[in-house]
Amino acid sequence: MSNPTLGNRLSKDDITIQSSSNRNNSLTCGHRACQGCGEALGARCAIDAAHHATGGKIIIVNATGCLEVFSCSFPESAWNVPWFHSLFGNAPAVASGVAAALRITGKEDIRVIAQGGDGATCDIGMGCLSGMFERNDDVLYICYDNQAYMNTGVQRSGATPPLARTATTVPHKNYLGNDPQIGKNISQIAIAHEIPYVATASIGNIQDIEKKIAKAIHIRGSKYLHIHVPCPLGWGFPTSETIRIAKLAIQCGLFPLFEAQYGKLYGSIPIDDPIPVEDYLKPQKRFAHLFGKNATPDAVSVLQEVANSNIVKYGLNGGDI
Amino acid sequence: MRKPFATVLEAATSLSNKTGSWRTMRPEYIKMVPPCNSTCPVGENIQLWLSLAKTEKFQEAWEIITESNPFPAIMGRVCYHTCEKTCNREQFDGAVNINLLERSIGDMAIAQGWSFRKIAPCSEKKILIVGSGPSGLTAAYFLKILGYNVIVYESHLKPGGMMRYGVPKYRLPRRIIDAEIKRITDMGVKIICQKEIAKIRTELDNFDVIYLAIGACKASKTDIEIKNTPHIFDAVDLFGKLEDDFTNFPPLGKKVLVYGGGNTAIDAARTALRLGAQDVKIIYRRTIRNMPSHETEINEALAEGIEILCLRTINSIDGNKIFINKMNYDEKYDILSLSKETEILHADSVILAIGQSVDESILKGIDGIKISEKGVIETDKNMMTGVSGIFAGGDAVSGKRTVTSAIGQAKKAAKCIDAYLRGTELIPNIRGEVVNFKKLNTDYFNKNARVGIAKSNDISFEEKDVSYSKNEIITEASRCFSCGNCFHCDNCYGYCPDNAIIKCPDGNLEINYDYCKGCGICATECPCGAIKMIIDDK
Repeated sequence: MSNPTLGNRLSKDDITIQSSSNRNNSLTCGHRACQGCGEALGARCAIDAAHHATGGKIIIVNATGCLEVFSCSFPESAWNVPWFHSLFGNAPAVASGVAAALRITGKEDIRVIAQGGDGATCDIGMGCLSGMFERNDDVLYICYDNQAYMNTGVQRSGATPPLARTATTVPHKNYLGNDPQIGKNISQIAIAHEIPYVATASIGNIQDIEKKIAKAIHIRGSKYLHIHVPCPLGWGFPTSETIRIAKLAIQCGLFPLFEAQYGKLYGSIPIDDPIPVEDYLKPQKRFAHLFGKNATPDAVSVLQEVANSNIVKYGLNGGDI
Repeated sequence: MRKPFATVLEAATSLSNKTGSWRTMRPEYIKMVPPCNSTCPVGENIQLWLSLAKTEKFQEAWEIITESNPFPAIMGRVCYHTCEKTCNREQFDGAVNINLLERSIGDMAIAQGWSFRKIAPCSEKKILIVGSGPSGLTAAYFLKILGYNVIVYESHLKPGGMMRYGVPKYRLPRRIIDAEIKRITDMGVKIICQKEIAKIRTELDNFDVIYLAIGACKASKTDIEIKNTPHIFDAVDLFGKLEDDFTNFPPLGKKVLVYGGGNTAIDAARTALRLGAQDVKIIYRRTIRNMPSHETEINEALAEGIEILCLRTINSIDGNKIFINKMNYDEKYDILSLSKETEILHADSVILAIGQSVDESILKGIDGIKISEKGVIETDKNMMTGVSGIFAGGDAVSGKRTVTSAIGQAKKAAKCIDAYLRGTELIPNIRGEVVNFKKLNTDYFNKNARVGIAKSNDISFEEKDVSYSKNEIITEASRCFSCGNCFHCDNCYGYCPDNAIIKCPDGNLEINYDYCKGCGICATECPCGAIKMIIDDK
């Protein structure tokens, strides 16, 4: 699969907001994210797109997590937009409140975004998120998924993939890292709530993030966007490879890009020529135990099965969903 | 402002946190040499003119070409385009068709009547150029740009040298040669044709510098035993007659044999076919793979029905009978030996194309000009012969014998002559690092096969194909990877997690080292290898 470059395109549709010198830089310089942070890039890209689509009329509610910690160590803030932080688990509830206040004061042109990492989304804030979905509150929730609690030292979360090494799933003897039987598919959980819009995106495809934000931000009711953001530190790959790893995840089928409306899948970005999952797993140290001297080929096939079933389920081979 | 309860610090921005201090590696924008540029014998900045052509700046593209080469339309036809062989796109979906693009832009220049910039003379110095082939005229062009008075002497009826008298019309239409030479004479270069030079030595009194671009137009001799036949010709003589004296052109007959394996042999065979011969065979000593001729020419000749008989030499000719010796050839050690087998072929005429050498008679009477063992004029590293003020270049010097290498040499010679007249030393160009395929990030390029062009199958003196249209030029030029040179794709700017790339109003990009943490994403995601990570020891 080839990706267009961010700017300098013949077709105007392909030119990203990120390539524009007029982008808002919603998350500006000086933040304390690690080198090569995928989440910092994903957040700037998503919020810039929302800023662009609403003419700057947005309010952000942020859950605790890497993103909050690195962007706002008091009293310095890296945010160029109205931004709110309360607790780890309550961002969707706070955002619901902000949306209600805007509705009551007649300022519904101001759009509300709640955002957090996969820990706040899948685990700690799950109850509040599910409640927000159930009430169909007018909030776009963005989850930046780096697949573990990176901020506190890479502990397993509900979004950690099978067989990954984290500080709490250290491979040992017959234990091969995170158990394949557990974990949550949070996008599917969101779809099950039959909210107006659910989508996945990745920093490996900036054009797609911007299109999906532009679509979601004006929909009334609950929206959920799940953005895959590789973490060089927690996953164990060189800081320069963040985008490449994100693209490999898409290309092997482990991270499908799809959209759903009111509980129904309706579109996905097909992958022309799926690559084997090894190509995505091998560059990451969190999967190194699957390939070393004591490698177990069966283990990799577990992940290959996941990718294969994604390809069929989400129509990544161009087939029906 | 009144602060909330228990708050002691003012709200502030993260901009005061200069994260650049974390950096151990720093990215830097670099300009590297694309492989096409590095192999071009003329030293064209191909990547640059392709980038102009794709944005429809055709005249600017043409001006960049003519900074190195005054004959784009000619070179776009006869150059053997080493650039395309090294093009990084070759490893992706086929090299950019640089040769045809150059020709198309060259043709556009002729059609639109673009001319070289006018140069006011700034020097009283007079330069004589002997020979108006590609080498002589290129030297004249560059020396004229430098402001010298240039006169060119040519012994033939028309200027152009081997471009006119060595390359057949179906490869290079004469109107193209005339148009591109006219542009040089329009600059004020004087070409005097049918001027034989008796004594070069005496000319030195009239001129400050003489540049010998006399080519290699004397047919090499053979020791074939010939009896009872007038039908044996030298290819070079035939080409000359075809051009200037067609009424005296000898009849070749129906069956023609061509002896030789170089481009001239192929040209002679294809020309014979066009003059009405029905059975044309080429006789060559080694195998077809060892033929010095260019591969595409061999293939085109075969496609036209010309037969190539390898591992054979002509022993003797008696009337219409050609006595052939078959050869044994040891490819590994390049050893040729006669086999015991012989055969007899019949032909109405035989064309010899076994190489050309420098006509030394022109140089008689000048002490100091040495002819090497290979039969070419010896020069020093500044292209000067043993006589001070006499320079030489082109086929008379080089062993490569292509139009491209002749132009490249003449470009260098012009610089050497200028340095000599100014009494300075020529500073050699330092070439940068060449970008290989591995340095590119081809994720950002779509597979797009080169823009094809229809070729006619007619065997005539007309050209077989046509140039690209405007839209085709844009499409094909857009295939350039822009190796090693930023094409403003904005990947670095868009992908930097730290906003540490600054877009200047003029479109250029700069790195903000106050905040750059040195992650290296910009360098990895640069499609063309124009960002380099280096150790930051500051």
